Amino acid sequence: MDVKIQVQDLSVRFSGVSALKNVTMEIEANKILSVIGPANSGKTTFLKTLNRLNDLVAGVSVSGTVFLDGKDLYKDCDPVLLRRKVGIIFALPLPLPASVFENVVYGLRRQGIRDKKTLATAVEKALRDAYLWDEMKDRLGELALKLSGGQQQRLCIARTLAVNPEVILFDEPCSALDPLSTAKIEEAMLKLKERYTLVLVTNNTKQAARVGDRTAFFLMGELVEMDVTSRIFTAPLDKRTDDYISGKFG
Amino acid sequence: MMFTPRVTQKIAFGVLLAASLVVLLPVGVVVFVILKNGLGAISWEFLTEMPRSGMREGGILPAIVGTFCLVTGALLFALPLGLFAAIYLSEYAGDNRLNRVIRLAIVNLAGVPSVVFGLFGLALFVNFFRFGASILSGSLTLGVMILPVIITSSREALESVPKSFREVSLSLGATRLQTIKHAVLPHALPGILTGTILGVGRAAGETAPILFTVAAFYLPKLPTSLFDQAMALPYHLYVLSTQVPNVEAKIRYGTALVLLAIVLLMNLTAIAIRSYFRSRKKW
Amino acid sequence: MKRLKEFIVEWAVKASGIVSIVLVALIFFFLLKEGIFLFKTQGAGGFLAGRNWYPISEPPGFGILPLVLGSLLVTFGAALISIPLSVASAVYIAEIAPGWLKEVLKSTIELLAAIPSVVLGFIGMMTVVPWIRSTFHVPTGLTAFAGSVVLAFMAMPTMISIAEDALHSVPRMYKEGAYALGATHWQTIRRVILPAASSGIVAAMMLGIGRVVGETMAVMMVTGNAASMPKGILYPVRTLTATIAAEMGEAVQGSDHYFALFAIGIVLFVMTFMVNMAADLFLHRRRG
Repeated sequence: MDVKIQVQDLSVRFSGVSALKNVTMEIEANKILSVIGPANSGKTTFLKTLNRLNDLVAGVSVSGTVFLDGKDLYKDCDPVLLRRKVGIIFALPLPLPASVFENVVYGLRRQGIRDKKTLATAVEKALRDAYLWDEMKDRLGELALKLSGGQQQRLCIARTLAVNPEVILFDEPCSALDPLSTAKIEEAMLKLKERYTLVLVTNNTKQAARVGDRTAFFLMGELVEMDVTSRIFTAPLDKRTDDYISGKFG
Repeated sequence: MMFTPRVTQKIAFGVLLAASLVVLLPVGVVVFVILKNGLGAISWEFLTEMPRSGMREGGILPAIVGTFCLVTGALLFALPLGLFAAIYLSEYAGDNRLNRVIRLAIVNLAGVPSVVFGLFGLALFVNFFRFGASILSGSLTLGVMILPVIITSSREALESVPKSFREVSLSLGATRLQTIKHAVLPHALPGILTGTILGVGRAAGETAPILFTVAAFYLPKLPTSLFDQAMALPYHLYVLSTQVPNVEAKIRYGTALVLLAIVLLMNLTAIAIRSYFRSRKKW
Repeated sequence: MKRLKEFIVEWAVKASGIVSIVLVALIFFFLLKEGIFLFKTQGAGGFLAGRNWYPISEPPGFGILPLVLGSLLVTFGAALISIPLSVASAVYIAEIAPGWLKEVLKSTIELLAAIPSVVLGFIGMMTVVPWIRSTFHVPTGLTAFAGSVVLAFMAMPTMISIAEDALHSVPRMYKEGAYALGATHWQTIRRVILPAASSGIVAAMMLGIGRVVGETMAVMMVTGNAASMPKGILYPVRTLTATIAAEMGEAVQGSDHYFALFAIGIVLFVMTFMVNMAADLFLHRRRG
């Protein structure tokens, strides 16, 4: 097993209120990890510690360690460089109010890349990987906010891919989308895991079962259990996992 | 005598409407009276010539130029400083004590009477820094006065940009500075522009801060350096209407018209920019 | 390199923020620095409570009581006119006016705020002053009342826009609750919305009055500038601000007169400072 991310005894507090308690886990490379759990179970907090987006919240304190390829995220990593390696897709499609093209190259431009050809190639590649190229190739100059919700979300994936990350975090990426758009995103994810490590936070247990290689169940800030997806969904060890999956709460 | 609730409501709303219309009255009166009496004074000569015979004849060119210089100077001082302060308050400072003290300071700065700014400018720029009564002193004084306007409106503009833009930008590996420059500032620009124009309009119309820091009573030549005294439109109007006897009413009204036109045009521009961008706001 | 740039910018913007604090401190310091010299020759009591302002007589008198009373009289009159009108139109704009009228009212009020005070003073001289003389049969229309009328209109934009914000931020639920109990729109405004917005409205009125106290040019042009104890609303008076503006030009730097004008500046600064702090307290109480 090839470990990409190693989490040890991770706890997060916001202004003293505990959001995540003593989480320890390993995330495999080139696999999809599904993270499930009811609202306020710490899933999103967990996700955002993996690229240090929680740093932006006032009053946050993180203890424990997270290793990416053996490097301590909170000690040996520059957060800016880290976020280029660990991309994130948010729950709502959040294109910037600019053209499709400019959205995709946003991260590259911030790295100082100006060459038109390089940018154009990167845009095509990223859009192809996000299954958006055919729809977008003649609409690159259009305002991104004019696209449909599903297209916007795939544009956000393309935008993240353009930066060439190693890990991509998905924070309930389909919660605002219709089933057809959801299917397209899931299809893209299954393809993407060949080259990237994916972490998918979702409150849709069926989606977790469909795409996840492994699944982790969070409850009230704690990691209850984590295993191969089929095991979690057929024979969970913990009663709480069983109750959640079978719909007794959540 | 008792009315039914419905009738009471009719009467009350009528009274409120009447009060609102009374508030509009002075704008109508000011614009009407000045246009009616001042339009006849406006000519190419009036706008481009020096005043003559103790300001009773000729034009108001030096006052227009003086006001232009003062406003430009005030803007050069207040815009960068105000914008930076607004960026600090909205992008860097959390809700800490320093932030709160700065906010209180801005509230108070905005409430300082304009004549007290004049005293301050006199004591600090004219006397302490020995700039003398000069365009430099006057510009700085006006700049200090409009600083709170620019900070407050810029901060509001920056804070109205959705938080998610910043999160997206940072998540794509942009630095904090890059995020401000590329994901926040461009979208706050219309608001910052509006606030700046309003500040400039205010600087153009103020008299008390320039009384002792720059304004020349009667100086029929154009300024050549930052250390020259200068005439200014609002002060010129004050002088014409209270200090110089036997001035033709037309010249007074003409001066008032030019000043009012400059200030109102700026405000209308600001209102137009704001409603244009509000109507096509993209998020 | 990039790190350094980020670091420099962060400090530059922080320094710019601190400039506001420094400026307020500098204003107070420089007023004090010049004004304090007056009190070498003159007690603070004689300054504040003295009834004679004869700055260039021999011996001079530096009692600002007539000026303080002049300011208070004009301010009181302006408040009497502007407060009811402002509350009424704030309510109208926030609660009743249809969309287009609301835009027209708000934009026009913004323009009223933008008219330079010297222009309002000039028009006041040309319209309000002669009207007062002929209506009340007084020897001159340059009176405290003229000042109150002109200043009332200068205070209203501030009062209306802040009061309207306060009314606007009353939670919708309050309103819906009142409607659900069968109240009319007017009953809802009077019994629910106005009380809920009251501290914001008080703050708005205070900020407007703060502006009146500090207003200079317009008041100087229409109040007649008689530096004696005010006899009534239909007599000429002189305010604190007008005294500074009118006399600083002739005061010799370093003379007692010069120091006395700065001392008046201190009084004005302290007055408006307190009004603003109090208004800020009210505004924050509203936000809870």
